[in-house]
Amino acid sequence: MELVQNFPLLSIIIMTSCGAICTLLKGKAAKWYCLVCLAATLALNLFAFFYTLQNGAYVYYMGRWSAPWGNEIKVGVIEALLASAFAFVMILSVLGGLEHILEDVESTKVNLYFVMIAFLMLTLLILVYTNDIFTAYVFVEINTIASCALVMMRYKPGKTLVATTKYMIMSLLGSSLFLFAVCILYNITGHLLMEPMGQEVRRLYAEGQYLFPLTVAIAFMGVGLSIKGALFPFHTWLPDAHGSATTTSSAVLSGLVLKGYIFLLIKIYCRVIGLDVLAGDHMPDVLFLFGAAAMVIGSVRAMQQTDLKRLLAYSSISQVGYIFVGLGLGTEAGIAAAIVQILAHAVTKPMLFCAAGGFMNVSGGSRKLQDMTGAGRRDPLSGAAFLVGVFSMIGIPLFAGFTTKLTLTQAALGHGSVKCVLALIVIIVSTVLNALYYIPTVSTLFSARNDLTPYRNRYAHYHVPYVAAMVLFMIVNICVGTLAGPLLEAIYAGLPSLGM
Amino acid sequence: MDQLFVNYVQAAAVIIYGIGFFTLFFNPNMIKKIIGFDMMDSGIFLFLTAQGFLYGGHDPIVDPELVGAQNYINPLPTGLVLTGIVVGVSVSAFMLALTVRLYYRYHTLNLDEIIRLARKEED
Repeated sequence: MELVQNFPLLSIIIMTSCGAICTLLKGKAAKWYCLVCLAATLALNLFAFFYTLQNGAYVYYMGRWSAPWGNEIKVGVIEALLASAFAFVMILSVLGGLEHILEDVESTKVNLYFVMIAFLMLTLLILVYTNDIFTAYVFVEINTIASCALVMMRYKPGKTLVATTKYMIMSLLGSSLFLFAVCILYNITGHLLMEPMGQEVRRLYAEGQYLFPLTVAIAFMGVGLSIKGALFPFHTWLPDAHGSATTTSSAVLSGLVLKGYIFLLIKIYCRVIGLDVLAGDHMPDVLFLFGAAAMVIGSVRAMQQTDLKRLLAYSSISQVGYIFVGLGLGTEAGIAAAIVQILAHAVTKPMLFCAAGGFMNVSGGSRKLQDMTGAGRRDPLSGAAFLVGVFSMIGIPLFAGFTTKLTLTQAALGHGSVKCVLALIVIIVSTVLNALYYIPTVSTLFSARNDLTPYRNRYAHYHVPYVAAMVLFMIVNICVGTLAGPLLEAIYAGLPSLGM
Repeated sequence: MDQLFVNYVQAAAVIIYGIGFFTLFFNPNMIKKIIGFDMMDSGIFLFLTAQGFLYGGHDPIVDPELVGAQNYINPLPTGLVLTGIVVGVSVSAFMLALTVRLYYRYHTLNLDEIIRLARKEED
């Protein structure tokens, strides 16, 4: 075994110990320690990414018990890519919202905030890498607790308490459905590892045995993880939770946490159940329809918002719809498009939330769009980042969102059925709607009318972490937009290990 | 239909799960919601344990006289249930802590009332 093969597990261990050690440290030390650990995680996963790009996917046996008995993590190109991207976005989100963390969180509890960040990163790494379905369940629950704590942790509670309660209740319903599906799958297959389970599911399906439990398991799995991934009819918890949390929490929750669950769903559907079995149960069609509805309704609801952070939260719902439309196409190209969207949205939405935090600073702390009139002029850096984010969301070439729309359109055209027409219509409608609510927002933010804003801190005072985070966010966004070719090549190289 | 009576433990487990699910979703009282969550988890655990059990099976410690897997019950579901219980306890603890905070702030346990108060507070 080569040294690099240990790196994903090593990064998991680093984040676990980081969470434990941060409980003992003071706020400032915890901050630095957490950032160093996140950077180490990023570096280790990048090594793993380049290793898998050259040598292909590999399975890492925990405790050297081989399948089908042991627990294992499977490292493929897509997994390593997503883990690196998540670590990177996590670092930038923490840096971008650092000021607000110190303001919003009680000073004696700042270290606990970083404990939660560490555990969130840990659970994301495991959701991305694990090949054992029960391990996935356990870490889904840890992820729920960590993200709820991140929403709640504000000096002045109030709305966040209610938002956390709603979030927690919906999450619990989702994870219990997921657990039920895991139990049913275990009972009919007798395995917990994804690959042996997948072989057994295909055998059962071919022989026509246990078809009803299988359908129930597929449906419960889909509904459970869709609740946690905020697919359209189950999205009600998201705007409150993401709209009321502190900047870093909002950025991390909508950029990464949703994606962790959705990637887990993609992994289980591809690796365990298989797209052909799935298509037999019409689950892709259901996900496609709800995804398409989410794309439109998320945008429509976003138009009605007067609060910038809630607007961004509703926009997340419509962006999650793109991922499910890609998954719902049920083809290789569709899954690739879904993964591109996971990446593109992960680098875009946190940037928008951090920029919104910057605007709040120069607008007397208000989240109302009206109070932010001209904020883009008073804080040019956040303004520039917000513009990049908006271009990406609308899908202008050279920015990350364009890559998604291109790959999704290609995937839809390759599908060639009624879904193709529907997908194209929805993509066009959603693009127009995105433009319809983002462009007025931008014109308000860059309005020259300054008389509306009698605030003391009218002009931005930049701190090094914030500047670094925003500049890096912009660079990465443009990289994802322009380097679509190599990115897609890497994703297609990783699809076989996902079980395609 | 006759399968339902053969597997009556599983049927009961699903009913318990259903009761818990609806309590967690629809009951406005926070404490009852938490009880609902615990019932829901218990339902799943009962389902899992029942599936691992085998009538006439022995505990899974190898006995030289009993050869063959059909003589033993499956120990893995029990292990999974233990893990699940630990997860359930930590989630219940978090929910209870949340309920305490909500009660201190709004002096009620009714979530609908709390949401109304929070909305009023904002305006």
